[in-house]
Amino acid sequence: MSGVGIVMLVHTALDRAEQVARHWAASGCPVVIHADTNVPRRKYDRFRKALKDVDIIRFSDRHRCEWGTWGIVAATQSASEKMLREFPEVRHVYLASGSCLPLRPVQELIDYLADRPRTDFIESATTADVPWTVGGLDSERFTLRFPFAWKRHRLLFDGYVRLQRRLRMKRRMPNGIIPHMGSQWWCLTRQTLSAILQDPERATYDRFFRRVWIPDESYFQTLTRLYSQHVESRSLTLSKFDFQGKPHIFYDDHLQLLRRSDCFVARKIWHRADRLYEAFLTDEAHAMKRTEPNPGKIDRIFSRAVERRTRGRPGLYMQSRYPRKSWENGLTGAKYSVFQGFSEIFEDFETWLARTTGCKVHGHVYAPDRVHYSGDQSVINGALSDSAAIRDYRPRDFLTNLIWNTRGERQCLQFGPHDEQGAALSMSRDPNAQISVISGAWAVPLFQSNRNFADLRAEAAALQKIENDFLDMLRAPQAKARVRIWSMAEFVENPMEPLQTVIDELGARNARRLTEAPKMVNLTGFGQFLQNLKNQGMHPYLMGDFPVDPPASRPQPGRPRKPYLVKK
Amino acid sequence: MSIVSSYRLRLQRRRWLIRAVRKRRELTPVANRTRQIRRSDVLLFCTLRNERIRLPYFLDYYRRLGIGHFFFVDNDSTDGSAAWLADQPDCSVWTARRSYKRARFGMDWINWLLLRYAHGHWALTVDPDEFFIYPFCDTRPIQALTDWLDASSIKSFSAMLLDMYPKGRVDAQPYREGQDPLEIASWFDSGNYVIQRNARYGNLWIQGGPRQRVFFPDAPELAPALNKIPLVKWERKNTYVSSTHMLLPRGLNLVYDEWGGEKASGLLLHTKFLDTFTHKAKEELDRRQHYNASVEYRAYADLMRDDPELWCKWSEKYINWRQLEILGLMSKGNWA
Repeated sequence: MSGVGIVMLVHTALDRAEQVARHWAASGCPVVIHADTNVPRRKYDRFRKALKDVDIIRFSDRHRCEWGTWGIVAATQSASEKMLREFPEVRHVYLASGSCLPLRPVQELIDYLADRPRTDFIESATTADVPWTVGGLDSERFTLRFPFAWKRHRLLFDGYVRLQRRLRMKRRMPNGIIPHMGSQWWCLTRQTLSAILQDPERATYDRFFRRVWIPDESYFQTLTRLYSQHVESRSLTLSKFDFQGKPHIFYDDHLQLLRRSDCFVARKIWHRADRLYEAFLTDEAHAMKRTEPNPGKIDRIFSRAVERRTRGRPGLYMQSRYPRKSWENGLTGAKYSVFQGFSEIFEDFETWLARTTGCKVHGHVYAPDRVHYSGDQSVINGALSDSAAIRDYRPRDFLTNLIWNTRGERQCLQFGPHDEQGAALSMSRDPNAQISVISGAWAVPLFQSNRNFADLRAEAAALQKIENDFLDMLRAPQAKARVRIWSMAEFVENPMEPLQTVIDELGARNARRLTEAPKMVNLTGFGQFLQNLKNQGMHPYLMGDFPVDPPASRPQPGRPRKPYLVKK
Repeated sequence: MSIVSSYRLRLQRRRWLIRAVRKRRELTPVANRTRQIRRSDVLLFCTLRNERIRLPYFLDYYRRLGIGHFFFVDNDSTDGSAAWLADQPDCSVWTARRSYKRARFGMDWINWLLLRYAHGHWALTVDPDEFFIYPFCDTRPIQALTDWLDASSIKSFSAMLLDMYPKGRVDAQPYREGQDPLEIASWFDSGNYVIQRNARYGNLWIQGGPRQRVFFPDAPELAPALNKIPLVKWERKNTYVSSTHMLLPRGLNLVYDEWGGEKASGLLLHTKFLDTFTHKAKEELDRRQHYNASVEYRAYADLMRDDPELWCKWSEKYINWRQLEILGLMSKGNWA
């Protein structure tokens, strides 16, 4: 018989518990099993009978184990007492559950503990120092009373906690002990464990912990500190907890992962994970070849799962992630740029931008006739349609879909007051958006068009109003986008500098100085056009001050302006 | 939510339940093997009409997933579906001759069977052309999922409808009995779904996919709803309100996270668009038994006459659930 005794708490899947108990016993470890009183009589009797042939498997008195209550501690106490009493050669007692599975040959555990005869393995940290607790109860676990079961009497539980907080009720720790918490699964030496169980003050401690919340995570963790000569504050049992404090469950497909764990025991195993039980419950001769331990990998997988559940993927809207306003943690999935007025002022802005930056440059995606995708495609990534009706049905969803579908490639969109404005507000509040506006540039197409002046005047007034509203959104305190606004007059005066700023911010691959500028449209007579609008009583103010007559120093009218070069 | 509106919903829930009880008379049992059901069985509920050719693979798929017992309501099939199902050892079959539409598209019948047989079980309600997938479905049976949901105190599980379609004409490749329909209809739209919250019932209303893209480019609001909650830990007080899109009590519709996180969810791969569809669309149009004056089927019939192709350059080819997870159509949530 070995010096390691196993105390096993079981409540369901008794067939698996039997299998594991036999496995421990086969290596000479005595096992004391505690079965929850919730297990029906007949099942329990059958379970006991099935294990009758193994002499070193015993059963302890039964308690009712409800999660978060004293029962589990009482069960552990009874079973441990029986273990210490009936197996005098046991030096270490290992607390395990029915859904625990030994990952390494039992002999390795026996040897490991034999080398450390005075060490208690129990995760035990003071309440102030651990961030694990879920639901806001940490130090209050000890200072309040918890007579109601959380799972069955949620309202009473919460109400009583509130009441105690309001009345400022507080309990004092008996004998000034310092509360510690940690994983429920430990491995203690006979010395420490018997000191706890035979303490003359035990009745006092028991009375106190009976009303503590989740005492199985604090009773032994606290009292060990009183007696242990050498506490190693970690659990030998691998168990991962999710964001609600429930243990993660291991399945067949975790086999390779578990083989790379360096822990002795894993919890908790799904009771129908046949492959896991087959692979790990074998004798040494059949055990799989050991692989290099890599416990970090398990850690990463489970912490990523928690992250996904609590933070999610930014910019994703789907059937099981639909954040409320301002809880999106990123309105869209990636950075993108919105240009207003650029394609009006430059003849070839879109092709130029694509060539200079290597980004995906779309036309006016919110244009009234259809979505103008880059390359004039009718469908784009994610089978997003170019139908204006579909887009305008849910304009914000169109934007978030477009950005989500093309994540990994920077998107540039043209926007303007002609376009459907449904997504404008969302864009202005999106930190991923880089919005550059040349205000008043919408007048250029009107200026170039050959239409009746009365129509032009009406349209100019409407467009100016729309653009003004958009600028108000961009200047509002709630705006989170990275915004740059130039009036058209200001921009035309010196176009290279603003262009360079925008391109730099775009994080283009070739962050060089611009050597080639897009070609500006011919603006001769534009000042007069604006003056005509003014004369008709419509006041165009968004484009800034345009002189009616070009001064003599300006390029001669009639001669098209050449693309200019900037020296390096 | 005010007390008044919550009381209204309660009345409405009662009404659907009473209606289900009343409509039970329309069901005639053909084979009732419900005594075989064990306590831990996951049950499947399905209404069908003339789907004989699909049934062998359907049963095969869900048996492999770990379904314990099948409930079928046969709505007046003429192709021997009911007789074939009645021979299966794990199926219970009822026939209903009366109107599918008057039974709220079969939901009253299903609600009755759920009420009568599903209490305390996990119940999966699907159509014969829907294939349920969930995270890790290639390595873990459905009991792994339901056990985990139980342990996490989750009572309902979302699975959006994902329309699958073939490349080329929908009717180009004939479907053979027993064949995996995903071999033919293996393409889908990955990123054109739009969502709105339904303030009254608390569920999400999802539209999009190839049906919106191809059939309703000018009237997107008419595109069918794709949100579904097919897997529910059933209690007597539960009732489906409209297809499996939403339930009462409202809490069951909260299958999505509102604070930025992702809950676990699956998908229903919808293999409606096979060569059988062209014929079926015509038949259903004549029967006029579908939702919203069968507007959907009228649109299909029009389009199918000219150029029945749903595939486009940006269609995605189905590989496995992990692909769909990465695309953001479903999520593992905190199940690892």
